[in-house]
Amino acid sequence: MLDYGFKEEHTMIRELVRKIAVEKVMPVRAELDEKEQFPWEILKVLAEADLCGLYIPEEYGGFGQSVLAFCIATEELSRVCGGVGVTFAASALGSTPILIFGTEEQKRKYMPEIAAGKKLAAFGLTEANAGSDASGLETTAVKDGDYYILNGTKQWITNGGEAEIYSVIAMTDKKKGARGATAFIIEKGTPGFDFGKKEKKMGIRCSATRELVFQNCKVHKDQILGKEGMGFIVAMKTLDLTRPGIGAQAVGIAQGALDEAIKYAKERVQFGKPIISIQAVQHMLANMATQIEASRALVYSVAKAIDNGAKDYTKEASMAKLIASDTAMFVTTEAVQIMGGYGYMREYPVEKMMRDAKITQIYEGTNQIQRNQIGLSLIKESARK
Amino acid sequence: MDIIVCIKQVPDTTEVKINPETNTLIREGVPSIINPFDENAIEEALRLREKHGGKVTVITMGPPQAKEALKQAIAMGADDVALVSDKAFAGSDTWATSYTLAQTIKKIGRFDIIFCGKQAIDGDTAQVGPGIAEWLNIPQITFAVKVELQGDKIKVERLLEEANEVVEVPLPCMLTVVKQINEPRVSSLKGMMKAKKTEIKTFSAADVDADPLKTGHNGSPTRVVKIFTPPPKGGGEMLCGSTEEMVSSLISRLKERKTI
Amino acid sequence: MGIKILQDKCAGCTLCVKACPFGAIKMETKKAVIDLTACTLCGACVSTCKFNAIELIKEEAKSGTADLSSYKNIWVFIEHHLGEINPVSYELLTEAKKLSEDLKCEVAAVLLGDEKIENGIDELFSYGADKVYLSTHAEFKEYRTAPYTRTITEMIKKFKPEIFLIGATTTGRDLAARLAIRVNAGLTADCTGLSIDPKKKILNQTRPAFGGNIMATIISPNHRPQMATVRPKVFKRIKCQGAGAKVDIIKFDPVINKEDLVVKILGLIKDESIKVNLQEAEIIVSGGRGISDPKNFKMVEELAAVLSGAVGASRATVDAGWISAHHQVGQTGKTVAPKLYIACGISGKIQHLVGMQGSDTIVAINKDPDAPIFKIATYGILGDCLEVIPALTRKIKELRG
Repeated sequence: MLDYGFKEEHTMIRELVRKIAVEKVMPVRAELDEKEQFPWEILKVLAEADLCGLYIPEEYGGFGQSVLAFCIATEELSRVCGGVGVTFAASALGSTPILIFGTEEQKRKYMPEIAAGKKLAAFGLTEANAGSDASGLETTAVKDGDYYILNGTKQWITNGGEAEIYSVIAMTDKKKGARGATAFIIEKGTPGFDFGKKEKKMGIRCSATRELVFQNCKVHKDQILGKEGMGFIVAMKTLDLTRPGIGAQAVGIAQGALDEAIKYAKERVQFGKPIISIQAVQHMLANMATQIEASRALVYSVAKAIDNGAKDYTKEASMAKLIASDTAMFVTTEAVQIMGGYGYMREYPVEKMMRDAKITQIYEGTNQIQRNQIGLSLIKESARK
Repeated sequence: MDIIVCIKQVPDTTEVKINPETNTLIREGVPSIINPFDENAIEEALRLREKHGGKVTVITMGPPQAKEALKQAIAMGADDVALVSDKAFAGSDTWATSYTLAQTIKKIGRFDIIFCGKQAIDGDTAQVGPGIAEWLNIPQITFAVKVELQGDKIKVERLLEEANEVVEVPLPCMLTVVKQINEPRVSSLKGMMKAKKTEIKTFSAADVDADPLKTGHNGSPTRVVKIFTPPPKGGGEMLCGSTEEMVSSLISRLKERKTI
Repeated sequence: MGIKILQDKCAGCTLCVKACPFGAIKMETKKAVIDLTACTLCGACVSTCKFNAIELIKEEAKSGTADLSSYKNIWVFIEHHLGEINPVSYELLTEAKKLSEDLKCEVAAVLLGDEKIENGIDELFSYGADKVYLSTHAEFKEYRTAPYTRTITEMIKKFKPEIFLIGATTTGRDLAARLAIRVNAGLTADCTGLSIDPKKKILNQTRPAFGGNIMATIISPNHRPQMATVRPKVFKRIKCQGAGAKVDIIKFDPVINKEDLVVKILGLIKDESIKVNLQEAEIIVSGGRGISDPKNFKMVEELAAVLSGAVGASRATVDAGWISAHHQVGQTGKTVAPKLYIACGISGKIQHLVGMQGSDTIVAINKDPDAPIFKIATYGILGDCLEVIPALTRKIKELRG
């Protein structure tokens, strides 16, 4: 890999996460996938290694609020297993709203336990009729004295059921449209808050995806993130900040597939020589590697820019997610192709990587939505000139 | 509770390969690691400390490069480490090594338990742990698979060939552990940061008052007189045909040899 | 004692760099340089140098045993569990007998136990013991490091054996390591070959090192007794003809200090499921990674069952938790030497090979034609274990009706 001029601690994080990924995740990834089993054992190891608070400031028990560090860790985990990667990353997605918009008290209450890996977080935005178009949200929160009464169902929530802490967006005033949404912190176990069935997915199958079901769920007003009516801003700012993480997940999956393809191409002998000596195969590998490096470079530079205090990075964050997830899909498909029949078999890991890769083009904003976002930014930028 | 763990830095023998042309070991690219059984020893010491409090000190004898192994011990959670290193130690066998480590432990002073791995994967002798216990005149319990502190005694389960033996031993004592005792933790980020900053304490032969007649080559009763690569065993017969045919010809050959 | 490169003779050929098993030699400005912190003075480089440019200076310090010539005879430690003698002790008696012919000396068995232990003595003579040093005490009923070490140390001081052989079992390794320090003796672990140097009349002890990648021959020139542990099944036990007539038992008073009794044996946990008599089995069927799934150990078990054999396993499968460690064959597991060893899906890393290559007949089943296991196999089957094993099981069942 190119020397990106990382600080020593970033190199250290990469080495540590790679060790965990290779020693603890690789031996069980096929089994976790097959059994659709949530990787609690691995999360415990990550917690013991102090890796759950990479994006959380030191004052809340974290490692120092570094998006880059978080991206490196997500990439290395995803290189071995995209499901473990997203489980790790989704907790960051769930706790980022608290980090950005939480009061000091809320941060003190929730962040140290998340940083220590004692509790997982999850983010609840999507609903059956509100995916890419978030203005269609139907979950309501009706004010009742010092409390809000929530009703509605969130769908496809990563870490749903396993996490303890949920950042949930609900409509407090439907008439106001986008300005009528509010973000709440809701703890597992709150009366009226329950979970739907665990979804059966194509890929990232060790991760847990469930419905969050609210039936007259009573939440104190102190649990509001920001102010009433700021729900969409909370969601958008959160997604901007975590999008490079999805990019990193995609880069990891792609890199893992490339590793496997190269290893196989060196070992597989056809026509009397290893197939890696065939130029057609080399060109495939070259394209894969080039796209991965381009994606990685963009993910890292956006992450670094955020860490350096950049204010407006919505467009670039979308670009990083877009190119990396398209790359992941392309590279994993090519890896299966290079490995031929073996690649298609579950005995080898690349078919799983291909299944895992697909979701990166879909969640946290489909790639079409990312393009819209980029397009919109271009229009805004040109108007400013 | 003061616990001392003795570790060894070893080449990862699972990575060692033989050059078929020269019949020599290819050491290039073979990483140095903490002897795997010693990682179990560190882990058990850390667990006892977490449960009962105290201090874990990890020591090793070896060349200056062995500092890397000690840094990894800090990253895992050791409180203190020490390297004992001297040119005078060159050529030490297990007799001299156990003497040198025992001297180092005396220099460190207080201890309740000494942990060692059951053996090192490069030498496979399993002799240094008991040797240390002898030099320090304390009881030894080898091949521990379960350790339970009960006041000033320890209850230990030993993994023997056909059964596990349960024994009780008073402190202080020396225990060697097998890999089944636990799953060593991975380093933590905070531990790695600490390791990076730590200056590794190094003792020389003089620092630990080592008798020159008992250290290094002089102190080693054994001498290696020859090192050679085991002669490759001649290849046998590859059976051919379909699965059924291969199985049949195997059975008829085994019957011929009166093996079955 | 030391080693140096003679600069004027060194031609910079790098042969010694490759020969050094410890990576202690590097090239600097086209001359070899020895890193003394890594060097063990093994001398492997000296013989490879074609220019006689490496000098190993062998001045010996005076730390050895005084009056070497007063040490005579070969001793074998008799290991037993509650009176049942471990077969490795018979194997060592047989080997000791062979060595004693070169040294023209006697073989003695060292036996500690409670009063009942005397029942087993006759067998010792039949496997080649000329003498038995017997010490009985209630505290010797079960092996414990401290009381055994003290009494045997006193025996050694009094009767001065030249060579002392001990089985490389958990008990033997526990005892030998402690004893060697106390009596100031050299000890070589896990020997696979023993012979007497015809000129110097000392014991050449050959053992694997570096996970079995290399072999080393080790001597203890200046210390007595010359101690070695030997793994079970490395040597065969053979009964001596016409033995049993001579019964020379020397009773030795036990020496026990109160401090030797601080370790208390509370009991044994004998889980029948962990009873895997690998080392006694005549046929072993072992599974490796190539059987793909822990479930498939069932197939291996079935084949073992129709052959009335035991189930073995590679380190990889044990490490992966597919099967308990009691089944592990190899460097860090057990050494076995059955009549028939069937390796299913085991690639044959050297660590495994050193534990089973003494088997009479080795059958290897593997789908990788380059698997090293085929190099030592008597018969090789290139194919998928999951097809071959059931086919083999079926055929043998048919055969046995």
